[in-house]
Amino acid sequence: MTEQQPLLKMQGITKEYFGNRVLTDVSLDLNRGEVLGLVGENGAGKSTLMNILFGMSVIVQTGGYAGKVYIDGKEVSFQNPFDALKAGIGMVHQEFSLIPGFTATENILLNGEILHDNIVTKLFGPRLKTLDLPEMRAIAAKSIELLGVEISPDTLVAEMPVGHRQFTELAREIHRPEMKVLVLDEPTAVLTESEAEVLLTSLRRLAATGIAIIFITHRLQEILDICDRIVILRDGQVVKEVATRDTDIGQVAELMVGRSVDTKAIATATYDTQQETVLTVGHLWVDMPGETVRDVSFEVHKGEIFGIGGLAGQGKLGIPNGIMGLCPAGGTVILHGKPIHLDDPAAALAAGMAFVSEDRRGVGLLMEEPLDWNIAFTAMQVQNKFLRPLLGGLIKWRDDRAIRKVTREYIEALEIKCTGVEQPAQELSGGNQQKVCLAKAFAVEPDLLFVSEPTRGIDVGAKALVLKALRRYNSENGTTIVMVSSELEELRSICDRIAIIDEGRVAGILPPAATAKEFGMLMIGKLKNLDDKVASHA
Amino acid sequence: MHRLRQFIDRAGWPRIIIGLVLLSLFLVAPHWGVRIDSSLMDTIIRFGMNGVMVLAMIPMVQAGCGLNFGLPLGIIAGLLGATMSIELGLVGVAGFAGAIGIAVSIACLFGWGYGVLLNHVKGDEMMIATYVGFSSVSFMSIMWMVLPYHSPTMIWGYSGQGLRTTVSVDGFWSKILDNLLAIRIGPNFTFPTGTILFFALMAWLMWAFFHTKTGTAMTAVGSNPDYARASGISVDRMRTTSVILSTVYGAIGILLYEQSYGFISLYNGPFFMALPAVAAVLIGGASVNKANITNVIIGTILFQGILTMAPSVINAAIHSDAAEVVRLIVSNGMIVYALTRVTRKSR
Repeated sequence: MTEQQPLLKMQGITKEYFGNRVLTDVSLDLNRGEVLGLVGENGAGKSTLMNILFGMSVIVQTGGYAGKVYIDGKEVSFQNPFDALKAGIGMVHQEFSLIPGFTATENILLNGEILHDNIVTKLFGPRLKTLDLPEMRAIAAKSIELLGVEISPDTLVAEMPVGHRQFTELAREIHRPEMKVLVLDEPTAVLTESEAEVLLTSLRRLAATGIAIIFITHRLQEILDICDRIVILRDGQVVKEVATRDTDIGQVAELMVGRSVDTKAIATATYDTQQETVLTVGHLWVDMPGETVRDVSFEVHKGEIFGIGGLAGQGKLGIPNGIMGLCPAGGTVILHGKPIHLDDPAAALAAGMAFVSEDRRGVGLLMEEPLDWNIAFTAMQVQNKFLRPLLGGLIKWRDDRAIRKVTREYIEALEIKCTGVEQPAQELSGGNQQKVCLAKAFAVEPDLLFVSEPTRGIDVGAKALVLKALRRYNSENGTTIVMVSSELEELRSICDRIAIIDEGRVAGILPPAATAKEFGMLMIGKLKNLDDKVASHA
Repeated sequence: MHRLRQFIDRAGWPRIIIGLVLLSLFLVAPHWGVRIDSSLMDTIIRFGMNGVMVLAMIPMVQAGCGLNFGLPLGIIAGLLGATMSIELGLVGVAGFAGAIGIAVSIACLFGWGYGVLLNHVKGDEMMIATYVGFSSVSFMSIMWMVLPYHSPTMIWGYSGQGLRTTVSVDGFWSKILDNLLAIRIGPNFTFPTGTILFFALMAWLMWAFFHTKTGTAMTAVGSNPDYARASGISVDRMRTTSVILSTVYGAIGILLYEQSYGFISLYNGPFFMALPAVAAVLIGGASVNKANITNVIIGTILFQGILTMAPSVINAAIHSDAAEVVRLIVSNGMIVYALTRVTRKSR
């Protein structure tokens, strides 16, 4: 009977990468209309499992997998994503796979366009069929509506804020009528809390129509809110499969990391307002696409951890990118009394600032190069570290031994999971890549460290490690840290003061002990009339 | 079996197949009366002649500028160096050193302009580079006629002005490196020690460069320009440096070629030099954004080996005298094959 048969059944899945076993005998079932939560730390094998289900080429290229996948009781083995799409599996990736220059409609119906014959097709074949744009727009609008968000079907993806891109990607998957299983890999990681709420609501609506959903996220509360069952992976094995009503967030988190999690372990250091001012930012503007900064002024004191929060697209990410010279910027930035020349990354680095970018893959890492290069490169180029002068300093020879030594130290200190210093950065999982980015910044030994979205796409265990590493670095070396994050709780757990950015301006600066309501009001711009008060506070 | 697979993975099928073809050509050669020792010598000499021009591919590939299809620009710098050295009447070591000195200075200048141009066309470097190569050859075809050269060994005899299409370097620095420390083994085999040593020196310099601070920065620029910029590197300056380096290697490469060949080919001569160098480095296993010295050495040996052996063996086998035709078919066939193998390692 089909009623008894699960829609999707994965049995005994085992997979090795480069000699590392990443999945061991993983089995799971999924029924129609069910939402299954898949949780696990970075590197636990969630992404790999989903890549197998979706027939991603990286699986085939690295030698395939062992075990069986059944859909509606029939065994399937997808060689490429097209097979998977045909079988009704849709996937929304951690990284966007949208075409920036196309509109929402064009992206949603890509390769599934509504076509009409015309005179030319009679002569030259089906490649020249006409697009039925009104119809396509209607379909796109319908599937966007199903998600419960407001996105114009004619907006270019390049001009959308990150959250809308995520919805566009989701709309593309659900517009297809044959859709049976929808896989969501960290769909809320780039969304603000309110957007995530909307997404969860629309997912529940989708599940009610009979679509089965596999939901991967690090935000455990979301899993508990929406899923019927939870499968917990640890080190490539299923440690527990449990119905949501029989568990709670503490238990899931504990099973996930295999040790008890205590977020309170991150002690808030006492911060001394009498300390000298390290960084003064005055009337900063930054032209960063999607994150425009209009007029931001603030001061950072020596040894503090200064948080910058706010909703997506309001400009909080533009601040570090502008100060570090990565985006066109203007205004005054004064570090230790000396003005910093903007639009020049070398000057910013030479002045003793370092930056961990929110764009790990794009800016943060040399994906093809080994870890030692990734970690030592900036320090080498900016401060002439890890170099041996030859011929009286005429030639600066790269000291590979020193580079490997420092890399090993950071691998140990930050618990980076890798096969060695020679492993290319692209083979690491997201959380470990983030640790490499941190190590790169630490290797510069900066006076002032900018950290942008340090825990985006990272699980609970690694998150605590990253935050702890930042806190430790702050207290041991007296390094001043400016941390930009979308996750308010994270800012509140580590920062001494938190500035909230709204519409490219500082809406207010609050102590971490302020209530969630106060922060919320600043984020949604309700405290505009208190600007004067805020200015005097800053 | 496992080790065999590992070897295949590391070497890659194209190299294994071409290597086996080359080996079988050597094996069947004696059957048709082609001498192995002289063939081997030809292969080694051709390797030495062409090696430095293939090395010229490395810097631009590593800096993310793609394959240097504009190699003729560097070659022209080399030709200018060679002809000026002869014009000045320099002979022997002084002549060759003078040619290199002049060629390198001109190549730096050319390379700088070429690099600035390529920085304006990011993403389309290889197509623009091809045009740079072609147009510089055409431009110089005019210049070879009008530049005020006077040395009677180089200008047309009947009009008294303009350079000849081929100029002999006999009496100046013909085979100056081929004959340096040459080791004679048997009547048909002489090892061109000087040329190979010179190639080794150039390869070592390239290897050393990529172990310096600047070389490391260049590789990072090619690997991820945004990362490099965030680390305070001037991406444009690194790219220009790589183009200059590539052009200088092209200039020195053609001088090495000419001393062994015995002639300077002007006018359309440089036209046909870029593709074999590109093909050799690709056959050696380089991709559009990663190349190393090993790629150059293996690729040049395979490409030049096949180019030496195939025509002589085929001619002997079918008793024809179509050496030039077969050579063209083989060389262009290899180039086409290599260009279909162009890969871009994913980021």
